[in-house]
Amino acid sequence: MKKIQLFVLSGILICLGSAIFIYKYHFLNFPITPDKTSSFWDIEIRLSVDAEDKPLKASLFLAGESENFTINSEHFLSGKYGLVTEKKNNNRKAVWSIRKVNGRQHLYYRVLVQKTAGKKHTRLKPEKISASPLEEPYLSAANRLWNDVYEHSADLNTVIGNLFKRLNQAKTDENIALLLGKDAASTTRKLETAVELLALAGIPAQVVHGFDLREEIIQVKMVSWLEVYHQRKWTSYNPGTFGGDIPESYIAWWRGSEPMYKIRGGTNSQIQVTAQKNETKAIQSAIVQSKLTAPHFLKFSLLNLPIQNQIIYRVILLIPLGALLVVIFRNIIGIKTFGTFMPVLIALSFRETQLLWGIILFSLVISIGLAIRFYLENLKLLVVPRLSAILIAVIIIIAGLNIFTYNMGLPLGLSVSLFPIVILSMAIERMSILWDERGPGEALSQGVGTLAVSAVIYYVIKNHIIEHTMFFFPELLFILFGITLLLGRYSGFRLVELYRFKEFARKKR
Amino acid sequence: MFQLYKQLSQKGILGINKRNANYTLKYNARNKYPIVDNKLKTKQLAIEAGIPVPELYAVIEIERQIQDFDDMIKDLPSFVIKPARGSGGNGIVVISNHVRDMYQKASGDFITSDEIKYHISNILSGLYSLGGQTDNAIIEYRIQPDLIFEPISYLGVPDIRIIVFFGIPVMSMVRLPTRMSDGKANLHQGAIGAGIDIATGITLSAVWKDTIITNHPDTGYPVSDIRIPFWEKLLNLSSRCYEMTGLAYQGVDIVLDKDKGPMILELNARPGLNIQIANQAGLLTRLKLVEAHHHELESIDDKIQFAIHHFKHSTALE
Repeated sequence: MKKIQLFVLSGILICLGSAIFIYKYHFLNFPITPDKTSSFWDIEIRLSVDAEDKPLKASLFLAGESENFTINSEHFLSGKYGLVTEKKNNNRKAVWSIRKVNGRQHLYYRVLVQKTAGKKHTRLKPEKISASPLEEPYLSAANRLWNDVYEHSADLNTVIGNLFKRLNQAKTDENIALLLGKDAASTTRKLETAVELLALAGIPAQVVHGFDLREEIIQVKMVSWLEVYHQRKWTSYNPGTFGGDIPESYIAWWRGSEPMYKIRGGTNSQIQVTAQKNETKAIQSAIVQSKLTAPHFLKFSLLNLPIQNQIIYRVILLIPLGALLVVIFRNIIGIKTFGTFMPVLIALSFRETQLLWGIILFSLVISIGLAIRFYLENLKLLVVPRLSAILIAVIIIIAGLNIFTYNMGLPLGLSVSLFPIVILSMAIERMSILWDERGPGEALSQGVGTLAVSAVIYYVIKNHIIEHTMFFFPELLFILFGITLLLGRYSGFRLVELYRFKEFARKKR
Repeated sequence: MFQLYKQLSQKGILGINKRNANYTLKYNARNKYPIVDNKLKTKQLAIEAGIPVPELYAVIEIERQIQDFDDMIKDLPSFVIKPARGSGGNGIVVISNHVRDMYQKASGDFITSDEIKYHISNILSGLYSLGGQTDNAIIEYRIQPDLIFEPISYLGVPDIRIIVFFGIPVMSMVRLPTRMSDGKANLHQGAIGAGIDIATGITLSAVWKDTIITNHPDTGYPVSDIRIPFWEKLLNLSSRCYEMTGLAYQGVDIVLDKDKGPMILELNARPGLNIQIANQAGLLTRLKLVEAHHHELESIDDKIQFAIHHFKHSTALE
C-alpha cells in the first residue's frame, strides 16, 4: 500500500516536473543550453571629454532600428547631468547637459541587444528626399555619372552595384574625383555621394552607420552602408561587396551624415565602444515572450527575484543535484563519507578553488588539522572547546596557506575564504576519532571516499549547462524529488556489499 | 557484477538497504529506539522484566561528579566504564585492577586517574554517543567470561549475538576477541565471528577480517564445534527481549558470566550483517519465513521450537 503511494507520488512529481519543463522548453522557447543564448550582446559606449568649467552639452546617437538586432534594454550613467533622449528621422539621440563642470568627464550608455534574424521592417517610409541640391560643376558631373551607371544596369540592384564600383575608381574618373572631393578614400563620403546621386534620380536613400558585432572582440569596428527605399521597403547595400547584403553581425546605429557624437563646451573628446556577448541574459527573450503568451506563468518564478538572489539560487539549486548524487553514492554504491552532505559542501567549495587546488588544499588542511588535533588530545581538553580550537586552527591554516600561495604567485585566489571552514573542522574531529577507534586505514578510506564523491559532484555541478538548466528550469527539482523518493525505497544490494559478501557467495555455490 | 548480484539474491543475503527499508524501518517503531540506544534504559527495563543484566554500580551524569570518581569505585576491584548511548563498542574501558590512582586495563596497560577522568568527560560531552548528544557514563559490573571461552578468546569478553525477529531467534554468532581487536568483541575491530547453529548451540565456521578461519589466530584453538552452555536459556532470554522492547527486529548481545550465567549486555535495533558471513547463510530467507508464520506463534516456547525446527544448520545450508 505504502509502496503504491510512493510510486504514485513520485510519478506525479516526475510528471509535473517534466510537464512544466517541456512546456517551458517547447512552447515558451526557454533555451535549454547556455549556447543558444549567445544571441545577446552588451554594448557599452563611453564618451570622455575634458570639461572647462563652463556649460557642457554632449549628444550621442543611440542604437537605432536595425535589421538584425532588437534592443532589449538600455541604461545611462549620467551622474549629475541632465539627460534627454529624442527621436528624429528614425534616429535616436541622447543629449547630456550641465551648467558648469570641470575635469575629465565620462558619460556611459549601455544597451543590451538581441540578434533577431528575419525581423520585420517597421521603419516608416522616408520623409521628403532632402539631399542638398547640387550645383555646377557637380550637377553635370553627377548627371554624367548617373547616366553612365544607368546605361549599364538592369534594375536597382545592378544600379547600386555599378555605382559602388564606379565610386571606387576615383583615380581614373575625373567625374568621380570631382564629386568625392578631397575625402575620396572615405567610405562615408562615397556613400554620401551615392545618396546624392540616387536623390537626383528620385530614389530615397540614406547612409547607415553601425557596428560590426563579431565574436571575441572588445573594441568594435564601426561600419557604414547604404539603405535604399524601394518598393515600399528599405533595403541595405554593402559597399564592401559592391551592393551585396550586409553581414548579419552589422548593427545599425544611426542614419544620415552627422557624426556619432557632438560635444560643445569641452575638449579632447574621445569615444570608446565595447561590445560583449552576453551569455546569461538569453533567457530574457523567452521571458518577454512568455510574458505575452502566459502572463501569470512567470509571476512566481525565480527570475522575478532581484539579481542578487538569483545569483544565490544559481548555487542553491545545484545542491539538490549533489544531494541526489550522495544518495546514489551512499545507498546504491555504498561509499562511506564523512557526514551525509559534507561531499556536497566540499564540491561547492571546489567550484571556487578548482578541483586540483581544492583537493590539495583539502588534504593539506585536513592533515595539518589532524596533527594539531592529535597534539590537543594530549592536553585533555573538553570536547566543545577542543572543537572550537580546531576551528580556529583551521582558519589559521587556511589564512597561512593563502598568504603563502599568494607570495609564491600560485593562482589560488581569494576563493579559499569560502572553503567551508566549519565543515573542515568537523571532518578533522570525526577523522581523528575514527583514526583512534578504527585505525588509520578506515579514517583514510573515508577521507578518500569523501574526496572522490566530492570530485564527482564537483564535475557535475561545475557544468555550465547543468547550472543553466537547473536555474532556468527549477521545476526539475520535482523530478529530483521524485527520483530521491524512489531511491529511498531501493532495497537491493549496495555495490560494495557485492564485494563484502563475494567470498561467501563463491564458497556456497 | 550482475551475476554476483543475482547469486547473492538467490542465497537470500540481506543487504543494508533491504535491512533498513524492509525490516528496521518497517517493524521497529522509532519511539522505541531510545530503549535500546540508551543502555541505562535497557538495563532498567530488563530488571523489571526479570532479565539478568550486569549490575550497575554508578552513573556519572555531570562533569562535577567526575571529581568523585575515585571515591565511587574505591571498593570495586574491577569494573567497566561505558557511554550510555555509545555505539559499536566505542568508548568502553574495562578496568581489571587499580591501586591508588593507577588503573589497569583489561589489556594489562596502566592508565592514570586523570586519563580515566578525561575519558569520562569525553563520554559526557557526547564524543561516543549517536548524533553527538550529551551522554551519561555508566560504571557497571565487569563480566568474568565463562571458562568455555578461555581457549578461544584473547583478553576481553566474548559475547553472543542473536538476531531476534518477532521474538524468534533467527541467526546467531559468538564474537571472540583477538589481539587485533584489543580485547573488544566487535568484528570491525578485528574480533572473530563464529556462527552458531540455532538448533543446537554449537559453533559453526568462523570469519575473521572477511576470511573464513577454523582456529583462533592468537590461541590456536579451534573455534568450531564448541557447544555454547545454557543455549536453551540464551534463546529464551533473547526471545523475551522482543516483549520487553517491542522492537520486532533486533540484535540481542548476551554474555556468559562464569558465576552469574547468561546476562543481556545490550540490545541493538540495527544489528550488523556480518553475522551472515559468520554463519555462511543468508538472513533474508529466514526472515521471510518468520514474516509468514509469526502470527501463529504465541508463547516463547512455540517461538523457540519454531526456530529450532526451521533454522537448524543443516537445513540452512540448502
